[in-house]
Formats: sequence, structure tokens, C-alpha cells
Amino acid sequence: MGDATSEQEILRAPLTIGYDFQRTTGPVIGAFFTALREHRMLGIRDKAGRVVCPPVEYDPGTGEPLTEMVEVGTEGTVTTWSWVSNLRDGQPLDVPHAMALVQLDGADTAMLHAVDAGSPDNIGSGSRVRVRWRDESVGGIRDIVCFEPIEGGDHG
Amino acid sequence: MRDVAIVSVAQTDHRRAVPELNEVEMIQPVIQTVLEQIDAKISDIGFTCSGSSDYLAGQAFSFVMTLDAVGAWPPIVESHVEMDGAWALYEAWLKIQSGHADTALVYGYSKASPGDLPRVLSRQLDPYYYGPLWPDSVAMAGLQARAMLDKGMITEAEMAEIAHRSRTSAESNPHAQVKGSPSVDQLLAEDYLSNPLRKHDCAPVTDGGCAVVIAAGDRAREWADNPAWIRGIDHRVDSHNFGARDITRAPSAALAAEKAGVSDGQVDVAELCAPFTHQERILRNELGLGDDVEVNPSGGALAANPIMGAGLIRLGEVANRIMAGDAGRGVAHATSGHLLQQNLVAVLEGSS
Repeated sequence: MGDATSEQEILRAPLTIGYDFQRTTGPVIGAFFTALREHRMLGIRDKAGRVVCPPVEYDPGTGEPLTEMVEVGTEGTVTTWSWVSNLRDGQPLDVPHAMALVQLDGADTAMLHAVDAGSPDNIGSGSRVRVRWRDESVGGIRDIVCFEPIEGGDHG
Repeated sequence: MRDVAIVSVAQTDHRRAVPELNEVEMIQPVIQTVLEQIDAKISDIGFTCSGSSDYLAGQAFSFVMTLDAVGAWPPIVESHVEMDGAWALYEAWLKIQSGHADTALVYGYSKASPGDLPRVLSRQLDPYYYGPLWPDSVAMAGLQARAMLDKGMITEAEMAEIAHRSRTSAESNPHAQVKGSPSVDQLLAEDYLSNPLRKHDCAPVTDGGCAVVIAAGDRAREWADNPAWIRGIDHRVDSHNFGARDITRAPSAALAAEKAGVSDGQVDVAELCAPFTHQERILRNELGLGDDVEVNPSGGALAANPIMGAGLIRLGEVANRIMAGDAGRGVAHATSGHLLQQNLVAVLEGSS
């Protein structure tokens, strides 16, 4: 692969890049984010009758526009999880935590977020968790700080 | 349909980091080799198509710079996909099918080493619900592995066996980055990287690339004694909304395999692009490959995983085995996005 230049001759410089897009949220995602500000969770009913949370604009099966917003619970069940110990900038928590898919009570699908479980021993598929809200709204999914285990709940 | 075949394949010797070369310098020798192997010049090529990522290169339209490795004067007809080179091959195949070209040069490459790859890959996720959480690609894959473990579709020991088999196979692959493996018991004694995944469950971070020449009909027969004919090729995508579907399955892979005609004949060899051990199990299921099918004799993505090149390499590895007469009919698979979201399947066959 060519002549390898010795390591100390390689010029290096930091490169910081950003993709600072502004995005509109539209009537469905916008309604979900507005409800988060009020510490409420919304899903949307699809053509098969399932409640999809977070809500989507179009039916996952048929592609038809969806409009019927449905309030769901702020507690739910972990359907799958993994443990994050190599923390990276921008993630919800600055301590080791779980990433999990959480199916909120009243919803038929799951949402991704962090679970502040403290240790992988404190979480399992089937664990019960509740939303931890952010005090000051930031206008998006990060109005949810994370989920946290419900004390005395089933650890799966 | 026109008969179109892969006639030449070249790839880098894959490494964790190639700091002394830029992307142009890294891929140029590969492009030179893929043409020299068939005594072709760029003027013999009717269409050039590449796959690479601006997010990894750190600048917009980075592929334009890489065209210096091809030589774009006199002017050439070219295109680019922000995807694995396997999709660039698909575009080139369409170009030839439509009669706008008889020959094509296809390449895919990246240098992942300058950034934090698992973090960069989080930018593939939707910008409202998933992306703002910056979930790294290993933790994302862990969700899928856990769901499979919970369902009893695989065990951690079987995952380690896939890693061990792949990297042992890679010992005979001169281009592989990770060759050889500790025993399965030793692998299972390691700590988790991102529970339930251990380091051996994950593809390495790689700088590298691959180039392929495809040609139609008689041109293919001129360039290769035993061209690897593309008998079927198809790509499909599943929803990015992972929480709303069964992530232990990849319906798009099954559909692509059906459309490509995988089950229409015997499969002598399959190269599956599974960057995580458990994903090989999903793909075997979805493609309907029996236990008798040899999978990833090259070591697969677990032995070298240049993003935007690893899928094209799978096509190249199957083609090489067919052109060498070691296999009569083979299946190649490429993937894009998290959790096997998008999948391409091709069936390659010798002349026989």
C-alpha cells in the first residue's frame, strides 16, 4: 500500500465538523414533542389498530397518513437492552447505563432511550421502568432525561 | 436481460489505520490493479461508480477528490452512492442493463480511523427519536443480540463460535485484518464490550477498499476465462423505526434473496456481510442457507470491515471463487444501516 511514511512525519490536525441542520417536526412529531413539555406521552393509532409510540406520520404497513393521537403511560417495560460503558459525547447520561427499547403501557411498539440502571444486574428484558423528565424543556426527545427502574419491580 | 459478469476484483490489505495515506492514495493502487489484471485502461470503461461516505471523510463531495485515483481526463461517465460499493455495483449493473454502457468500474472505500466510528454511525439514525440520543453502533447491535438471546435464537457460545470460525478462515485470506482467534472458551472468558456483545462479536474498525470491474456478454468473456455472471441482484430496506418491528428478523434480506433467486439452485459458497456475530445467524435464516453451505471463507466482515467497501468485497470474494473454479454458484450479501436495516443479495454463477 505505497511507501509507509514514518509515524512522526505524518501531519495531523484536528477537524471538527458539524451538520447543523434545522428541522421542522410537522403535525405528528410536533404534537409528541409538545406533549413531552407537559410530561405526557402520546402514541398514534395505525390502520391495524396498534398504538405506535413514538408516533409516526404514516402507517408502517400501508403508508397511509395517520392522525389519531392516543395518550399512553409514562411507565413501561424493557423489551431489549444493551449496556453502555464506553460513554460518548451527547449521550443521555454521563455514567454507564443501559440503552433499551421500552414499550410504554398502552403502546404496542417500543421506543429507544437510556435507562439509568446503575449496573447491568439491575435491568433485564421485562424490567419495569418510568420516565425521568427534564425540568426545563429543550423541545425534543431529550425532554426525557432517561428511564429509571421502578423500585421493587421485576428485574427480568 | 443482458448477461453481466464480474471479471476482475482487487482490494487493499486491510488495516486498523492507514495514517500515511489519504483516500486517493489508498484506493489508487487497487484501481490500478483491478484494471491491470485484465489489461484494461480507463478508456475501456464505459461507466465508473463509487461508494463512500462524506461523514467518514469529513467533507462534502469527498468522492470527487477520489476520482483522481481513476483519472478523470479525458472526461468519464461517473456516479456515486453514499452507500456500500455493492450498491454502486447495482447502479452500474442497471446502467449496463439499460444499454448505456458495456463495462463498468466500481469501487468502495473508507478510512474510519480518523474518527470514532461507532459514534459517526449514529448519524445514520432518524434525526428526531434516535439520532439525538447518539446511540453508538455497538450498543445498537447489542439490542438485537439480546433480543435473539432472549428468544433462544442463539447463545453467546454460538456467537463466539462464529467469531472463531470466521477469523480462523481469515488466516488464508491475504487481505484480512484480523486473522486467527483464541479458543471459544477463551473468547467467552473475556469481559463484555457492550453487554451482551464482547469484542470478538464486533467487526474491527478498518481503513481500506475494494474495486471490481463488471462487463456485459462478449466483453466479459474477453476479459475473463470464467466470468462470474450476475444471475440475480436485488436490494430492499426495512423500517428505520426499530422499536416498531421485530429486530431479530431482516425481512428485506429475505425478499432480496427471493428476488435474486437464491433458492433456484445449489449454493456452493456464501459471503454474508455481518458486522456482528449474531447477524450471521439472522442472515442464514433469511437467505434460507442450510448448514451445508460454506459461509464467509474469507473471514467476512469480522476479519476486515472497511465501511462502504465490506459489501462489495463480499461480491468480489464470491466472484473470485467462481472465476478460480472453486465454486459453481455463490451468494453475496451486503448491508447498510444499523441492525441489517437494508440488504442487497446477488447470485453469481460460473459459465458451466
